[in-house]
Amino acid sequence: MAPMIAVTDLWKVFGPRADRIVGTPLAELSRADLRARTGCLVAVREVSFDVEPGEVFVVMGLSGSGKSTLVRCLTRLIEPTSGEISIGGESVRAMNAKRLRDLRRRQVAMVFQHFGLLPHRQVLDNVAYGLEIQGVGRAERHRQAAEVLALVGLDGHEQQYPDQLSGGMQQRVGLARALAADPEVLLFDEPFSALDPLIRRDMQAEVRRLHAEVGKTLVFITHDLAEALTLGDRIAVLRDGELVQVGTPEELVGAPADSYVADFVRDVPRSDVLTLRWIMREAGPEELCEDEPLSHRTVIRDAVHRVLRAERPIAVVDGTRRLGVIDRDRLLPALVSHHRQVPA
Amino acid sequence: MTATVPPPALQGGRVLPPATDAAGAPRRRGAGGRRTAAAVLIVLTAAAYLLFRTDGAADGNGAAARFFDGVRDWVDANRDTSPFFLYGVNYVRLGVRLLVDVVQAALYGLGFAGLVTAVSAIGLVLAGWRTGLLALLGFLSFGVLGLWDESVDTLVLTLSAVLLSVLIGVPLGVLAARVRWVGATLRPVLDVMQIMPTFAYLAPMTLLFLIGEPAAVIATMIYAVPATIRITALGISEVPATAVEAATALGSTRWQLLTKVRLPMARTTLVLAVNQTIMLALSMVVITALIDAPGLGQNIVNALQRVNVGAAFDAGVAIVILAVVLDRITTNAARQAGAHRTRRQRQWRWAGAGAALVAVVATSFIAIDPGNLPQWSAAGPVNEVVGWIELHWYDVTEGLKNGISAGVLDPLETLLVTTPWWLFVLAVAAFGTLVSGWRAALIAALAAAGIAGLGLWQHSMQTLATVLVAIALTLVVGVAVGVFCARHDRLATAIRPVLDAAQTMPSFVYLLPAVALFGASRFTAIVAAVIFAVPPVVRLVERGVRDVPATVVEAAVSAGSTPRQLLWKVQLPMARGGLLLAANQGIVMVLAMVVVGGLVGAGALGYDVVAGFSQRELFGQGLAAGLAIVLLGILLDRLTQGFHNSKGPRR
Repeated sequence: MAPMIAVTDLWKVFGPRADRIVGTPLAELSRADLRARTGCLVAVREVSFDVEPGEVFVVMGLSGSGKSTLVRCLTRLIEPTSGEISIGGESVRAMNAKRLRDLRRRQVAMVFQHFGLLPHRQVLDNVAYGLEIQGVGRAERHRQAAEVLALVGLDGHEQQYPDQLSGGMQQRVGLARALAADPEVLLFDEPFSALDPLIRRDMQAEVRRLHAEVGKTLVFITHDLAEALTLGDRIAVLRDGELVQVGTPEELVGAPADSYVADFVRDVPRSDVLTLRWIMREAGPEELCEDEPLSHRTVIRDAVHRVLRAERPIAVVDGTRRLGVIDRDRLLPALVSHHRQVPA
Repeated sequence: MTATVPPPALQGGRVLPPATDAAGAPRRRGAGGRRTAAAVLIVLTAAAYLLFRTDGAADGNGAAARFFDGVRDWVDANRDTSPFFLYGVNYVRLGVRLLVDVVQAALYGLGFAGLVTAVSAIGLVLAGWRTGLLALLGFLSFGVLGLWDESVDTLVLTLSAVLLSVLIGVPLGVLAARVRWVGATLRPVLDVMQIMPTFAYLAPMTLLFLIGEPAAVIATMIYAVPATIRITALGISEVPATAVEAATALGSTRWQLLTKVRLPMARTTLVLAVNQTIMLALSMVVITALIDAPGLGQNIVNALQRVNVGAAFDAGVAIVILAVVLDRITTNAARQAGAHRTRRQRQWRWAGAGAALVAVVATSFIAIDPGNLPQWSAAGPVNEVVGWIELHWYDVTEGLKNGISAGVLDPLETLLVTTPWWLFVLAVAAFGTLVSGWRAALIAALAAAGIAGLGLWQHSMQTLATVLVAIALTLVVGVAVGVFCARHDRLATAIRPVLDAAQTMPSFVYLLPAVALFGASRFTAIVAAVIFAVPPVVRLVERGVRDVPATVVEAAVSAGSTPRQLLWKVQLPMARGGLLLAANQGIVMVLAMVVVGGLVGAGALGYDVVAGFSQRELFGQGLAAGLAIVLLGILLDRLTQGFHNSKGPRR
């Protein structure tokens, strides 16, 4: 299947005459050296990834790692310095202004950290804004906007103004606005960072529910690992503008690419994320197993009960093929975290 | 976003630069070295003065004046033949004349009853019933004062100038905020336009557009439009980037961004821009009476020339009422512009507007002669009071006037007049470099040399002396009151409405109490200038002292400072940015007022300008004097502006 979004060798350099850097020896310099030598700042460095249709792709990194720049480059809210981006098979960088507007209007919508709502418009008109600038008639756009508002659980608030709503509700409006034009791709730029932890959890659930309901392709930017693990089908870790690792949550936790990622995922309870394939062992010759095997996709935590009760090792299978076995000796170390918990 | 957007920093119609725009660490030389340099410079200047002082020859008919006379003659000869006039200036004049005629026809067409209803209805719909009532009473009072026609004339000119300013200023302001080079080009132009004293505009306007309404409207527009541009640009650039980005990400075109996001989100500030434009325009329209514009200004000018305070007083009251009504309508409209309305409220508003329109149309058919209203005039009582003051306070006022004139003003004037021009230029350059850096000093020195070149040395130095005395008094009074207000909350709340009112009043009005107390003299101009410039100084000083962080004050108090130590060692040093900004603002305002004081016996440059309007053979000198005023303004402004840029408090 063709990827929904394909990014190849994307660079974004800020600063004077930024275009002279990519493809020269200067590009090999570290971020700090380049800044000292040329005054330019590399925000995104040679990033490539694909996002499949219907996937939730999370880009994670600390502040200043270039993740917000990266997501803005996708629709050229920030003009990339070099590289290729294609959305739905069409090159974004080759688009003229009109085609690009069309892309932003119909295909790709974005949700922002600080909401970016228009304070002088009622909620309904905020949501309808995207349709309005496309020239959709008033009655029609209000009907569609009301539908989307109901979808995000804000019916009854149409006539209110953004500053009359709580932060979580404002972001629901932002979400509804993004959904209103029925785009194929939704970009989220740290949408929940400004919200309280409890509200944030609600909103994450909301995104999961919406993803299940409407089935869009999601690119989600966050600095919060827990959020990344909860939402992401795949996670890309960004450091100083470079992609360090792209993988599923369990790949990140089970096989961190370097110490940076390892440090990141250190505090994640491994038994919650890893599946049995990460801790199973080869079956010994002639080894006897329990009757009922376990799927290799089972998360460790869910297997604890059976493994601890079992007399003998349990087979781990992919369909009917046996991949290995699991027993108490393999299970217990995974349950006890591999480093000491610091008392809070 | 909350409903109330804090207004941009506005003082006396000027948009203030932030007090602390000193980028990076300010240059600080060792205080000791600086002090030595200052001492050496003072000694050197004094020595040079004693060696080279002149006897201060009176100004003759200088080359500059002759040149301007020549220009005037050329313009008069070519007004109907040169293409520059035929196809340019004359069309502008006709266009503006047409605009004035249309506005005039509209306002006069409504008639007394119609116009009163219209203004009240506008106040009611845009700004609430209190403002509507205020507008009603205010406009009725014009009839009662017997000044209906004059008030309407003033309103016509003001509205025409405001329309022009908004038409030109708002697009330019948007461009200045959005297009970098436009903003960069406009900024210095606006800077100079804002420090130009009102008088300086008038002579060139009469040269190009002849005397009368078009010249008055254009001069007013030039005076008011910088504020329109600045505040519009401020409002547009203050629109949160997040909202703009979100709208861009949804695929808005640039035009959609402007009309659906930027302008609506800046609308509170835009209404404020209109408010400031109206206030400035009104204050200028009154002054354009000097170039034969009709309206309330005529009454004041005529009365002032006869030193008849009572006669001027009615017109002054009418101007103040007009200013207050226009100000209340627009500021309250700005407040309401940010408010959210439910659909029902909006329907009511539309219904109200429709009903008001019907009422206006209906009442415009009712013919009421404002002359039939009960008449009342303050002229008699005011003249009695003035007479009483002259009789009983004569010793006090004369003593004060003569004391300051003989003790301070005369020596300073002699000192400045007898200084050779090159020494003055050198001193400006040297002290300017010391206080404000070489760039500001260079501009100031060039301005000083220009004054010398205009051949009006004596008058310029006399004006400068008056300005210096006035600014010293202004700062003493302003700082004292400002500090006092900052330390006494109750006093501050009591005095704030007075300051508010003072800032909406056109500058002409301030001449009246000064003339009432001191008759026509140089000192009168000083008093008027002090009254005019003190309110913004008080405000800036109070804000500066109040902005000192509470934590610092707390720390000083807990270390055992007495209130006096707290003031001198903590609050005043930390409020230095505000104080210096106050000095800068005060100087520009004082200069403007001292020049206007030429009308009431302050003489010197201001008188030259006024004489230039009325006497044909003095035209060239008047224009030269106007230019000298502008150069003086640039000189003083540069010297003090550099000051707060280079020494603002570090944040």
